[in-house]
Amino acid sequence: MVFREGPLGDLKVPLTWTAAVALIVAAVIAVAFLLADRRETLQDHAYGVTRQTVDVVAKPVSGAIAAPGRWTGLGVDFFRGYLFTASENRRLKAELSEMRQWRDRALALQDTNDRYKALLGLRTDPPIPMASARVVSDSRGPFANTRLADVGSEKGVVVGNPVLNERGLVGRVVGVSTTTSRVLLLTDIASRTPVMIDRTNARAILTGDGGPNPKLEYLRGVDPIQQGDRVVTSGDGGVVPRGLPVGAAVKGLDGRWRVVLFADDAAIDFVRILLFKDFAQLADEKQLLTRSLPPVTTEDPQASILGPVPAARTGAPSKPVAIRPADAPQTSPKPTLPKPVPPPAPEAAR
Amino acid sequence: MSLGGARPLNPFRWLGGPLLACVIATMLFSAPIRVWGLHLPEPVFAVVPAFAWALIRPSILAPFAILLLGLFLDLFWGGPTGLWGLSLLVAYATVLAARNMMTGQSRAMMWVWFAGVTAVAMAAGFLFSMLDSLATPSLIGVFWQFLATALLFPFAHRLVDRSDDADVRFR
Repeated sequence: MVFREGPLGDLKVPLTWTAAVALIVAAVIAVAFLLADRRETLQDHAYGVTRQTVDVVAKPVSGAIAAPGRWTGLGVDFFRGYLFTASENRRLKAELSEMRQWRDRALALQDTNDRYKALLGLRTDPPIPMASARVVSDSRGPFANTRLADVGSEKGVVVGNPVLNERGLVGRVVGVSTTTSRVLLLTDIASRTPVMIDRTNARAILTGDGGPNPKLEYLRGVDPIQQGDRVVTSGDGGVVPRGLPVGAAVKGLDGRWRVVLFADDAAIDFVRILLFKDFAQLADEKQLLTRSLPPVTTEDPQASILGPVPAARTGAPSKPVAIRPADAPQTSPKPTLPKPVPPPAPEAAR
Repeated sequence: MSLGGARPLNPFRWLGGPLLACVIATMLFSAPIRVWGLHLPEPVFAVVPAFAWALIRPSILAPFAILLLGLFLDLFWGGPTGLWGLSLLVAYATVLAARNMMTGQSRAMMWVWFAGVTAVAMAAGFLFSMLDSLATPSLIGVFWQFLATALLFPFAHRLVDRSDDADVRFR
């Protein structure tokens, strides 16, 4: 062969050595990838685009793989519904009669709440629009807990949007392409969510660890939590709106407080993405972006905020003068030169 | 030296085919299916080729194929990029260093070796994940994934067996 005729033709490198070099090079590349990893902050860079491309390609493939499972589930549900119609009917009637009482109570509370809001002049949160999505893939390992949903930026989804199912909070969006969204679950090791205990308003950070029940960290206060307490989002930091149901508090085997997620009780394949845009949506963005600032007005030296100057110090009585911006002279004040201070008398110095 | 009945290793047969099979199996097991409230297990199929490739022969291509497989897992599962690439390479390096001790062992003993290598990969993943996220992953979750992966040894055994009658000059 041609390369055998070169000066390096007789060079024979042991295969084990070359394999070891290849292994080291591959490991260095992997370390570089791991150190450079930024899942949420590099959406527009090559890193984010690569992830988005993988998600876009994975969506139809995973959707096709998940379809038979979904159809089987629907068939089983239909069959079960057909078999257990009578018992289901009895259960639903009992639940309905109980819910009617709750409805009356909720209406009364809503009425009271509206009156309080009107009295206090409270500015309440506007309704949050949402997008429904189907989950096409679900990773459940100890090092990554994410789901791939089949709606993306075309429906207004952006990074950071909270994701719920019909029972409670599931996670938040960490990557978006045109047609897909990557949802970081509350159980992921990188997930941190500000929550509060509904009964005591005690704040905590819900921290995922790859297991089914995330931990409650930084829980403060005297006896802030009890077994079974309802945990909801606190809205602190503006990442998620306040009051979204998360789960129930339980004491883990390791002695830590953990949360049994409400979302685990619901079906896995449908979610709702709240198109929540932080607290900034309460403000008028156009007004905030305006460039014309109001004129700067300076304090009139004749109208001190301390009130009238004592007559003993000025030597003549003076009235407090109320200056209104409309009455104030429009001419600019003349600059006054400071008067020279006379040197003290020798007697006074002594 | 006569090769006799031995045939050279076809790169697609021993590298490309298993790589593709791992990708498909990973996608299959990521389907959002829950039966009686239980999810499907999530084994790391890529440990199978990482174990078998190092055992079949030292190679220049295999580490990069493992890196590629690891990057796919990270992107597809939505984890930190490089986590599984590095963890699988650690497992591959372990087998490469210990392959002289492994060859010729019984099937049961090889299963133990495979479980050990899986444990090395999971421990590496645990450590790198802890350093990356500054949090401790759930040991129970790690154990379940280890158990699901350790049960994949028959696939690794089959892959090694398929290359048994291949060119043995590098062994």
